[in-house]
Amino acid sequence: MTTATARHRRLGLTDDEAARIPELLGREPSDAELVMFSLMWSEHCSYKHSRPLLRAFPTAGPRVLQGPGENAGVVDVGDGLAVALKIESHNHPSAVEPFEGAATGVGGIVRDILAMGARPIALLDSLRFGELASPRSRHLFTRSVAGIGHYGNCIGVPTVGGEVAFDDRYEDSCLVNAMCVGVVAPEGVLRAAASGQGNALVLIGNRTGRDGIGGASVLASAELDEDEDKRPSVQVSDPFTERKLMDCCLELAGAGALVALQDLGAAGLTSAASEMAAKGRVGLDIDLDLVPLREALAPAEILVSESQERMLAVVEPARLDEVVAVCRRWDLDATRIGSVTEGEAMVARAGGEVVADLPARLLADEAPVYEVPRHPAPAAEPLDLAAVPEPADLAAAWRDLLARPNLASKRWVYERYDHLVGANTIRRPGGDAAVVRLPGSERAIALTTDCAERHCELDPRGGGRASVLEAARNLACVGARPVAATDCLNFANPEKGSTGWRLAEAIAGMSEALTALSVPVVSGNVSLYNESAGRAIHPTPVVGMMGLLERADASVGQGFIAEGDLVVLAGDDGVLDASEAVGGALGRPPDVDVDREVATIELVLAAAGEGILRSAHDVSGGGLAVALAESAIAGGLGAEVALAPGRRDDEVLFGEGGGRVLLTVRPEDEGRLRALAAGAPVRLATVGAVGGQDVAARVGDREARLPLDAARAAHEGGLPEALA
Amino acid sequence: MTVAVVRFPGSLDHDSARRAVERLGARAEYAWHADGELPAETTAVLLPGGFSYGDHLRCGAIASRAPVMAAVRRHAEAGGRVVGICNGFQVLCEAGLLPGALRRNATLSFVCRQMDLEVADAETPWTGGLPSGAGLSIPIKNNEGAWYGDPAAARVVLRYGPDNPLGSTGRVAGIASPAGNVMGLMPHPEEACDPLLGSTDGGLVLSGLLGRAA
Repeated sequence: MTTATARHRRLGLTDDEAARIPELLGREPSDAELVMFSLMWSEHCSYKHSRPLLRAFPTAGPRVLQGPGENAGVVDVGDGLAVALKIESHNHPSAVEPFEGAATGVGGIVRDILAMGARPIALLDSLRFGELASPRSRHLFTRSVAGIGHYGNCIGVPTVGGEVAFDDRYEDSCLVNAMCVGVVAPEGVLRAAASGQGNALVLIGNRTGRDGIGGASVLASAELDEDEDKRPSVQVSDPFTERKLMDCCLELAGAGALVALQDLGAAGLTSAASEMAAKGRVGLDIDLDLVPLREALAPAEILVSESQERMLAVVEPARLDEVVAVCRRWDLDATRIGSVTEGEAMVARAGGEVVADLPARLLADEAPVYEVPRHPAPAAEPLDLAAVPEPADLAAAWRDLLARPNLASKRWVYERYDHLVGANTIRRPGGDAAVVRLPGSERAIALTTDCAERHCELDPRGGGRASVLEAARNLACVGARPVAATDCLNFANPEKGSTGWRLAEAIAGMSEALTALSVPVVSGNVSLYNESAGRAIHPTPVVGMMGLLERADASVGQGFIAEGDLVVLAGDDGVLDASEAVGGALGRPPDVDVDREVATIELVLAAAGEGILRSAHDVSGGGLAVALAESAIAGGLGAEVALAPGRRDDEVLFGEGGGRVLLTVRPEDEGRLRALAAGAPVRLATVGAVGGQDVAARVGDREARLPLDAARAAHEGGLPEALA
Repeated sequence: MTVAVVRFPGSLDHDSARRAVERLGARAEYAWHADGELPAETTAVLLPGGFSYGDHLRCGAIASRAPVMAAVRRHAEAGGRVVGICNGFQVLCEAGLLPGALRRNATLSFVCRQMDLEVADAETPWTGGLPSGAGLSIPIKNNEGAWYGDPAAARVVLRYGPDNPLGSTGRVAGIASPAGNVMGLMPHPEEACDPLLGSTDGGLVLSGLLGRAA
């Protein structure tokens, strides 16, 4: 093997990929060019293993102003406002250094929203770690939460929601997915495409250093090896500069001073510049000697450094002084590092020499595309209930479930995040979905992230459907109609085993549900190779979804409101397969009936629209019993319900799935609720009433009863106790 | 009535503070940290929450020496009303306009929580005329919010209820200058001025900005 081939392998390129480069260029690449290709052709930047599969997602709709392919998707929400949204992973950096990894994950997604010209107004985080009995998982979890809080709190964007789950399968490969949404006037949406020969290319923000070099390739696009120290590949966060960058870029965007804007994320300047050039079908001429440096760097290092809090703007020469002056006012560096040129060549110079000169599209658009092997996994068998011991004491089992870290209150997490800043948070974390007022409007948006990863493990298509439907149901429970989705597909190594099949199946299932809901995917991210020698993660296609409320004051909460209100269960039976009660991905849930679940979601929306819902709560982890207790705890009021017997009592109480929602209405509104459901494939059952200071559920002649105080103590204490 | 809302690099709550002031019927104007003067028509000053200068050195330490603070000091010394919220409270303590200091929370973590407060001194303009012992509900969100000092040397205006996760001396949530015209508090009244957000008690605090100078 020659040293040259050894070099491309060290950079993460395959032999075939390295052979393709001279064919495309018509010559051997320079050192800097080879490094640029290695980053831009990494899975993280090019989606080379997932791109063909992603085409299955529905991406069009009347509200879509910008679909996938930009820094973020944008949808019109009426009232002269649009919302930009995107979710992205920062899994591998967080596994190496959780505080900085999670913090810079937040910073990156915020800049994606900023690049659309949108003001970030809310953050959510979807997290997965190993069981908290593991000291390593406790460390990764608590430090990731600290990093998210540090960054989000300092930049003044409220962290309003998200989710966290613990499962042994994430012990070696934790997941940190961050979602951001921002508001922008539809006519103010910025895009990344460079244009205008002679326009200036301006680098704004932090100086460039050695941090994060190779992050997209050696870190994000390969399995993590236990004994390899990859810490130098993790970026370092500076939220104070990010806040100034936000204020500054929004001021510039508002003044119409920017032709195009792009954040510097994975693969740094190489990625930002080549994507701007390729999208605009123009060339760029960059003088690397002009890039402000924190330390001495080689030209190739400047090209791929992932130093944080930097943006790249295209500015007309006549407005350059104005742009620099605004940046100075915010104590930010703003440096003209090059110009837009005719043609399609991205040229980088250093010390008077050309170090790279190649068509930008080769980097941005010509990465190889791989069909992943699609070996189906053997179909899982439904649970044999005879082999699952039935709890002797249902009330004790109920209390234990409420205290499980996966089901317990996440107050320990969200109280560490500023979820209020901006004075727009109408429904705070802890409910089915957060509700955030759109500034200057009567309207509000609802936000959630969800994933049914255990279901995906047993049946990826069904799990894909379930993930989307749960997100939509959560939005409906606060009274918001789902309007757009963003997704983060976290999977294991697609080149191994059944992972490619699972990825395709999950996307197919998600697409079926999204189509039935008329919800387009407007942005997304793929994170592969989440596995180590011993363990692969569950397929984890996280769905971030946004809903719209026409009236900000019309949202619905999950807590019971008043004694005497009727408790109504909408939806089908749950099962113990893949439930928290059996503790993992066991069995096989029945097929997810998309039409029936969508009908239930429509019923909840209709009832919310008529103002007859007193409360609504998605029945998810821990089943009906846990949902009942959560609504009681949130409202400070108990409830008594009686459930139809005929199946095992623990399955009735703790079974999951079935697309169910727990509703309460005034007794006089029950008839109206039933009228709204008439003719729809929705099963409705009035199961009891709100009242008292106990939560009690009767199945046949057996009753489980918990004092509200005991339920609350278990639910609130579960997570702190698991960390103690 | 024009309230100058001071903006430092890293201020976060200036916009919600401006909206809260406008909701009370007053005008709000931003004052820039690097300017030596407040807007000409200023009748009261609000130092909003945030992470001024990235909390570098010590929370509020750099902001307390910003050019605009000389003008804020002149305004306060002339008897003008000044309120500092969260980071603004830290700035006022660092500037010596209020006694004591803000230390790391006893939880050793950021805490964002709706809090029960009680009026400890009904004689200042900052509690809307409520009697001593009356309750208010306003959220906190901070990392260094534990006021430390001699309660006898301060005019304690607001205290936390029994739940004092920050660990402040004497459950102090907010204090005023001896004359009562300068007020600092860790809870965020601008987050509690709208029924949609769950509480309007913050308006009682901010209405102190609208009264006549002493």
